[in-house]
Amino acid sequence: MYEFNYQRPGSVDEAASALGSADDGKIVAGGMTLIPTLKQRLAQPSDLIDLAAIDGLKGISEDGGAVVVGAMTTHAEVASNATVQSKIPALASLADGIGDVQVRNRGTIGGSIANNDPAADYPAALVGLGATVRTSKREIAADDFFTGMFETALVEDEIVTAVAFPVPDKAAYAKFPNPASRYAIVGVFVAQGGGGVRVAVTGAGPSVFRSSDMESALASDFSAGAIEGVSVSADGLNSDIHASAEYRAHIVGVMARRAVAAAG
Amino acid sequence: MPDTGIGASVRRKEDQRFLTGKGRYTDDLNRPGQVHAVFVRSPHAHASVASVNTAAAAAAPGVIAVFTGQDMEADSVGSLPCGWTVTDKHGEPHKAPGHFPLVRDKVRYVGDHVAVVLAETAIEAKDAAELVEVDYQTLPANVDPVQAMDGPLLHDDAPSNLCYDWELGDQAAVDEAMSRAAHVTKLDLINNRLIPNAIEPRAAIAEYDTGTESYTLYSTSQNPHLLRLILCAFVLGIPESKLRVIAPDVGGGFGSKIYCYAEETVCTWAAKKTGRPVKWTGERSESFLADAHGRDHVTHVELGLDAEGKFVAMKVDTTANLGAYLSNFATCVPTYLYATLLAGQYTTPVIYCNVKAVFTNTAPVDAYRGAGRPEATYVIERVVEAAARETGIDPAELRKRNFVPPDAFPYATPVALTYDSGQYALAMDKALELIDYGSFPARREASKAKGRLRGIGFSAYIEACGIAPSAVVGSLGAGVGLYESGQVRFNPTGTISVFTGSHSHGQGHETTFSQLVSDTLGVPIENVEIVHGDTGSIPFGMGTYGSRSLAVGGSAISKACDKIIEKGKKIAAHLMEASVDDIEFEAGTFRVAGTDKEKGIGEIAFAAYVPHNYPEDLEPGLDETSFYDPLNFTYPAGTHVCEVEIDPDTGVIEIADWAAVDDFGKVINPMIVEGQVHGGIAQGVGQAMLENCVYDADGQLLTGSYMDYCMPRAGDLPNFKVETTETPCPHNPLGVKGCGEAGAIAAPAALMNAVTDALGTEDIAMPASPEKVWRIANAAG
Repeated sequence: MYEFNYQRPGSVDEAASALGSADDGKIVAGGMTLIPTLKQRLAQPSDLIDLAAIDGLKGISEDGGAVVVGAMTTHAEVASNATVQSKIPALASLADGIGDVQVRNRGTIGGSIANNDPAADYPAALVGLGATVRTSKREIAADDFFTGMFETALVEDEIVTAVAFPVPDKAAYAKFPNPASRYAIVGVFVAQGGGGVRVAVTGAGPSVFRSSDMESALASDFSAGAIEGVSVSADGLNSDIHASAEYRAHIVGVMARRAVAAAG
Repeated sequence: MPDTGIGASVRRKEDQRFLTGKGRYTDDLNRPGQVHAVFVRSPHAHASVASVNTAAAAAAPGVIAVFTGQDMEADSVGSLPCGWTVTDKHGEPHKAPGHFPLVRDKVRYVGDHVAVVLAETAIEAKDAAELVEVDYQTLPANVDPVQAMDGPLLHDDAPSNLCYDWELGDQAAVDEAMSRAAHVTKLDLINNRLIPNAIEPRAAIAEYDTGTESYTLYSTSQNPHLLRLILCAFVLGIPESKLRVIAPDVGGGFGSKIYCYAEETVCTWAAKKTGRPVKWTGERSESFLADAHGRDHVTHVELGLDAEGKFVAMKVDTTANLGAYLSNFATCVPTYLYATLLAGQYTTPVIYCNVKAVFTNTAPVDAYRGAGRPEATYVIERVVEAAARETGIDPAELRKRNFVPPDAFPYATPVALTYDSGQYALAMDKALELIDYGSFPARREASKAKGRLRGIGFSAYIEACGIAPSAVVGSLGAGVGLYESGQVRFNPTGTISVFTGSHSHGQGHETTFSQLVSDTLGVPIENVEIVHGDTGSIPFGMGTYGSRSLAVGGSAISKACDKIIEKGKKIAAHLMEASVDDIEFEAGTFRVAGTDKEKGIGEIAFAAYVPHNYPEDLEPGLDETSFYDPLNFTYPAGTHVCEVEIDPDTGVIEIADWAAVDDFGKVINPMIVEGQVHGGIAQGVGQAMLENCVYDADGQLLTGSYMDYCMPRAGDLPNFKVETTETPCPHNPLGVKGCGEAGAIAAPAALMNAVTDALGTEDIAMPASPEKVWRIANAAG
């Protein structure tokens, strides 16, 4: 990696101000994408601003019927947290399926969503559950947060502080992992709750998206059979050596049905 | 049988240090004053190098030197040689274009070596490497082996990019037999290209001592003497006596660490040039790009059968991709390690094979676990399975009808080998029992009821191991002999140091060889120490590959033990005032026959080193060396049966069951053997289901990291049912055959036969990825 300045602020405000004043600052949370990128010399930030010393960003709490996960909470903590397991078991199970043990012990929810890898798991949970992203500046609905491949609504010096997940009546996540990387070739998060039915798809497209056809079919009949005939267009979906767009479109249907069946 | 002797599952002695982090690998070593080497690699698959401007890099902080191919040429550094001459069908030797450690005028694959930067730290070297300005004039890339002969020319001295057009067998006899066959099964097969991925990347540190004018090279090598020989005699022109090669603990090789590569060559040369020790540790990305890859064959096969299902002829046409340059043994892999195995376990009377080996703008391809024999087994066992389906004969039954029977050994095949021993039907029957073949139809129905597709596949493989009888390989073009050395040295106080030319990089030699010596000489296993991997301390040896360490290296040690016993008898006879002919040796004790007079071997060793009362005509010391040159290859064989269940909605394959019955001859340590089988199957499953090296049309490597190159994981594998049959090798002193490669040889065909059985089509290439399987399952359904 190239040389950079390392900063370890003690508060979100300090971090935001360090980010704002750096030439080309980068936030490091778990570092699961950033550190390999640096090691391969594919990025050359002037400053790395490490959020590890900010206590307020870690942990899981309940807040007005929502489960709030601090940005620096690791996947392993989400997976094993009693509140998450009892209120939104689908979220715990999703976190338990990210990467491998080492990744789950280092990687964080804030880092994952701010990076918005098209094949990451968390974006499906946020959009599927209609979560709200809390930042150093504001609150952003998940539907508005993920704007494109590796792109989010975050502005230059804005830092994710937490994610608030409404508790659904039922939910499940079904993932078809890339056999090599274990990222999602396709992941579908399905939830039914106060906000109706949501079907969020990750891995298949440039960024997480909702299937309105599936949502309306499930709204009237929440069963795998209800979406049997609902297809997803392959247009605009990702295509690579592991899976064509056509295959991904098909797998979206399979995973959606499996998720609905698992949600019960 | 003592619990540490031959046949005992002794826990691996070496694991104490490996599991406690005390292993000592090349990258763990540092030499005073060392500099770090970083290579400037080609980003293009094919380009002329008009100029290399090193000025900015040379002026960068910490930089000691920057060298290019011109600097090495000025020092008369030679080409990395290919050590096996293959004579083509017209009687001409294979084309051997130059393969210089740093390119002189052209790059031929992504990762090719353009320059080296030496600096005080690895980071400084890496920073400076980015400042080397290379003027590339890009050329069209030649990537597809099938089109290679019509594509852009890589080497001026290899017209049509053809290394050789080679044949084995009687084509006319095959054509004649094929014309009379009742049925001919035809198949087109691809043996996919693999990237080896040893857990320890390659590394080297070289230093030059001006006092003794000698070099020391620490390197991740499977064969330190062979590396020394190539570096000294062919590339650098150093007297062999002036280069010591040490291969300390090495974390896996699978073939990829047999060869002499550019990096260790450059480090050795630059160590003298700069007067500083030079260290290079490969990054994983470099391993993907530039370590020798494996396999990469495209094959058409035809198998003729008579009305009773007896094989009457086989014809094989293969294009082998050798990559951009010839790695050390690239030429022999798709010829003498491949076509000679095409008889498999069968009595097929006539076989013809044509191999065209081509150059492409991809990394060099050489031997990888199994080397030629997995490719041969894949061809035979896939076409035999297809023939069974086409003729309606049960696949196990069809194989049995054609097996070489146990009373036919030694059995001369039509493709130049003479099998030593085997009981093929015995292994098959045991495998059928383990997999419960009789109730497979019921299991298939049960899967069907769940909406799943179930299939079963066989692989009755054979391999030629214990490589190799020197005279035989010499007559076939090998530039080296393939004997092995073993030295057994009693120390005065009764412990034993064993020096072997074999090299352990995961095989467990320190345990297996200790068991062998402990059992043979009757000393406690903890008194035996195995020394390997250092040309400064071991006798000249050829190293480890081709499942040869026990069959050849172990036999050398065994013969050295015999010499120890013979000498010990003379000392014992003197001490006990008896005739040598009356001395018997058993379990560590020399006895005068028919008396109660005896001496322990420790006492004899002490007498040999403190010869106060000693035979006049005998040299002191108890230290014996043997070189063992095998009389024949060994022929491990067996049957693997795989059962899969496929989810037609996704195309995901689950391996439901796996039975492996292997015949490795005599087994010294069953636990280690079982581990070798497990690892081999995992590698074969990797090839068939997960691993695939993919270049795009421009020659860029698309699978250059674990994000895209899929290694098998524990979760991809079932619990294997592993058993052995024991048909001893009749021509080596231990009766052993070798076990290191069997799993990787057998597994791909077993898995693909199961997958094609489930899908009802032969038309699917490895790896059987979910999408491929899904497309077929859907087209069929």
